[in-house]
Amino acid sequence: MDDLLSEFLTETSESLSTLDVELVKLEQNPNDPDILSNIFRLVHTIKGTCGFLGLPRLEAVAHAGENVLGKIRDGELVVTADAVTLVLESIDTIKYLLGELEQNEAEPDGNDAELIGRLNHFADTGEIPGGAPAAEAAPAAEEPAEEVEMTDDEKLQAAFDAAEYDPDFEVPDEPAAAAEPEPEAPAKPAAPPAAAKSQEVAPAPKPAEKAKAEAPRGETKESSVAAQTIRVNVELLENLMTLVSELVLTRNQLLQMVRGKDDSEFTVPLQRLSHITTDLQEGVMKTRMQPIGNAWAKLPRIVRDLALEMNKKIDLQMIGADTELDRQVLELIKDPLTHMVRNSADHGLEDIPGRRDAGKPETGTVTLNAYHEGGHIIIEISDDGRGLNLERIKAKAIANGLATESELEGMGDQQIQQFIFKAGFSTAEKVTSVSGRGVGMDVVRTNIEKIGGTVELKSVEGRGSTFIIKIPLTLAIVSALIVESGGERFAIPQISVLELVRASNNSEHSIERIHDTPVLRLRNRLLPLVTLKKILGLDSSEATEESVDEEAFIVVAQVGTYSFGIIVDRVFDTEEIVVKPVAPILRDLSLFSGNTILGDGSVIMILDPNGIATRTGEITVGGSQGVEGKAKADASDRETTSMLVFRAGGSEVRAVPLALVARLEEIDVENIEHSNGRPLVQYRGKLMPLVFIDGSYQMKAEGRQPTLVFQDRERTMGLVVDEIVDIVDDVLNVELTADQDGLVGSAVIDGKATDLIDAGYYLELAFSDWFGTEDNGGEKKRVLLIDDSPFFRNLLTPMLSVAGFNVTAVENAEQAMDLKNRGVLFDAIISDIEMPGMNGFEFAEALQDDAAWGEVPIIALSSHTSEEDFERGRQVGFSDYVAKFDRDALVSTLIQTLSSM
Amino acid sequence: MSDKNALVPSQEKGGALDLGGDSQDFVTANIGKQLFGIPVLTVQDVLGPQRITRIPLSPPEVAGSLNLRGRIVTAIDVRKRLGLRDKEDNEPGMSIVVDEGGELYSLMVDQVGEVLSVPKKAFEQNPATLDPRWREFSDGIFRLDKKLLVILDVTRLLDFTSSVKQAG
Repeated sequence: MDDLLSEFLTETSESLSTLDVELVKLEQNPNDPDILSNIFRLVHTIKGTCGFLGLPRLEAVAHAGENVLGKIRDGELVVTADAVTLVLESIDTIKYLLGELEQNEAEPDGNDAELIGRLNHFADTGEIPGGAPAAEAAPAAEEPAEEVEMTDDEKLQAAFDAAEYDPDFEVPDEPAAAAEPEPEAPAKPAAPPAAAKSQEVAPAPKPAEKAKAEAPRGETKESSVAAQTIRVNVELLENLMTLVSELVLTRNQLLQMVRGKDDSEFTVPLQRLSHITTDLQEGVMKTRMQPIGNAWAKLPRIVRDLALEMNKKIDLQMIGADTELDRQVLELIKDPLTHMVRNSADHGLEDIPGRRDAGKPETGTVTLNAYHEGGHIIIEISDDGRGLNLERIKAKAIANGLATESELEGMGDQQIQQFIFKAGFSTAEKVTSVSGRGVGMDVVRTNIEKIGGTVELKSVEGRGSTFIIKIPLTLAIVSALIVESGGERFAIPQISVLELVRASNNSEHSIERIHDTPVLRLRNRLLPLVTLKKILGLDSSEATEESVDEEAFIVVAQVGTYSFGIIVDRVFDTEEIVVKPVAPILRDLSLFSGNTILGDGSVIMILDPNGIATRTGEITVGGSQGVEGKAKADASDRETTSMLVFRAGGSEVRAVPLALVARLEEIDVENIEHSNGRPLVQYRGKLMPLVFIDGSYQMKAEGRQPTLVFQDRERTMGLVVDEIVDIVDDVLNVELTADQDGLVGSAVIDGKATDLIDAGYYLELAFSDWFGTEDNGGEKKRVLLIDDSPFFRNLLTPMLSVAGFNVTAVENAEQAMDLKNRGVLFDAIISDIEMPGMNGFEFAEALQDDAAWGEVPIIALSSHTSEEDFERGRQVGFSDYVAKFDRDALVSTLIQTLSSM
Repeated sequence: MSDKNALVPSQEKGGALDLGGDSQDFVTANIGKQLFGIPVLTVQDVLGPQRITRIPLSPPEVAGSLNLRGRIVTAIDVRKRLGLRDKEDNEPGMSIVVDEGGELYSLMVDQVGEVLSVPKKAFEQNPATLDPRWREFSDGIFRLDKKLLVILDVTRLLDFTSSVKQAG
């Protein structure tokens, strides 16, 4: 059976048993709102789940039941025995349907229109329709004929009533036992002919006085699926886990005691205890285990949608979906996983032409592979796409100040690829709604490291990328390496330990010093070293440096991509430890992730390699945090606009607000065709005209040409550029210099003077009728835009200009009033509602009776668009109301408003 | 257990001190020559010398942690906490284990004495001239025959956040 379905059955049968009890309780305490809301909630949940699973018959019954309960909850109906009977009846029907569902994995044929009709009738009138009271006298299953005695008028009335409320209502059928395959067609002259249809109907109404969980029909037996599982509170499992952890510790302690005593009488029972403990530990762990497939369930859908949107063919392979891991871990990796798969599908895979050009099959593959390896779960996410573009990463790293050119020279490909894990780093070569906005991989890495995992990356340009996530099976018990430093022992989680190196003067590994900073040559790489004793403040003597040189153990640890060596005095063995949190007064010690009790009974601190790395390797770890912090501070200060920076025809950089660009594409020069002397390409099944930045622009003779695609409704236009440089979030201060065609002005973006192109100009080049015939050549309509947010002003101003309006933007209503007093005239006003000072409503009110501006239509721009807001807006004189983010609606409203003038 | 313990200090803070009628029970401890009292119901255990694991980089008052029947207990050097000099002799000290907010702490003192029942009329407020640090940690003084018994407020003694501010 489908997992989802069986889970639903289990859950619903539980809810139903609760419902039975609660309803009877409700009958006794009709005014208890708690019981009522509990019942309502349960029915609502059932309804919601049915809808989700596509079970229309169940949903319809649950919906009608919910209606009645809703009315009761709102006090519109009174709880009576009859009412409860009616609701119970719907619950019995639900039970019956569930039973069928469990047996056949499908809803039975037929419908429950009669019951739904009565429920709806009751919900509306508060009266129990004829059927139920009539049936009360005797169960219908025994004497079905009796019901026919109900007068036709009554039934008709019921049918009408019901039909009024339920448009889908088909037949007010007689309550008849489902056991009868062919209920006799009741003599109902006025009933539609469909009444004769063979139907499997709702359960027979039960006697009202027996309004109990007892089901009237044989089918409604205990769900067998539900009987196989029990639900246990997670807390109980957590407690069990803690107890088992303690048991493991005690077992370790005992083993330690017996170790070395060959003929102890305890040896045999202890071994047995040890086995049982191990089994118990595994058993309890299993209760918390869930297949990783649970975290993948959403992915096929996401990938499918993405494939459609991006016009790609993507095959998502999922291997090892039944690999189990701890529930807690599963929850934590769900989001990072989703993000990474999205990334692979969106950034990693090329589109169909791209793949064809690269000589690959049209369908790209994203593979998810999960498997166990030595107490860890390995999840690989690989794609056969284009791989990481090293050059682009290098350029971006330099632009972001993460590394200098000379530093990059000395880095291996692998190291350069690691930059994608830095905060705010996105190669951003394609910006889509899905990914590529420069957030992501750093968050992914942080989340995975938080649970003691690691992410590795392998990528070959042109061949694809593979991300390898390694996470511990569980967070409760970890394997740790026990080391000694300064006379104290410490545990280092095994997952961050790469290897152990013994260094001494006469072996091949020896510690060297660069101005007192110890480093180790390890396989042609220089490994930074930290002395544990020093960073822990255990270094009492000055002479230790000498002794370190002679002989030392180095634990090579890895935190993310940063490897470093920790110099310790001694290395003991590894041990399974149970991580316990440290006392609250010690929480701020970032070097420790917890403490534990070892087999010999002593307390030991667990080192946190992350903490050590942060403390020592400031270049790599601390540095990036610094950058992040700065960026955040900037953002909170002023609002910024995302600008796409590119180069076209010349060395100077140009920019366009990112919001105006629909897509970034690379067009193969070979595919460019000419029509009527103008260059065109076939793009997504349509012809897209290409325009150049100026008349003298020369395209490449061959190869691929980056293109900015602008889109407005049906039309797309490509602006051919040389190179897309970057996407910059910056405060946009445009200095207008409108004397050159195609330029809005210039602005300082990312510290450089940048020409801001006028997208409208190029749209006009591509489609001379872009703005519609109405405005062409004629005077542009003047629009006043009032918005306190610089972001929206910057976003909307060019957008409206592109749409053919002459836009004046001001920050607040006061400035607008200023303009009015100076006698400036506008054809329309677009105003924000929430503004400091005079708000939109007040502004509109102030204008209502104004001589100069009173007739100017005002369109309200707001993030809330409730009916009341709308109404209020109308009252104060707004002519229309547009949601802030709906730019198409804004333009069309504007055009409409102006044309109706 | 912790609930029951929590009751006691709160009553003391109210100055009622009438638990068990006219007198109240304290576990007494010596540090140097000074006698201290800790309300008997807050005390979980009294320990002899223990093997203590040092915790690097921790506040100086934290002596380390130890294993008490499978639970990790943080050991506090009460001498340092009260601003007293280190012990001169090498006698092994003793500890009183208390539960504070679900966590166990072992208060290291020189010597743990007896459980003392003191009449509540012997209670005195802290003298205004007392060292501010002591005043913070003490709930008041009981006059005994030959000595003065300083009552320690365990909650405040273990509240490292406020004392850090004070020290700074």
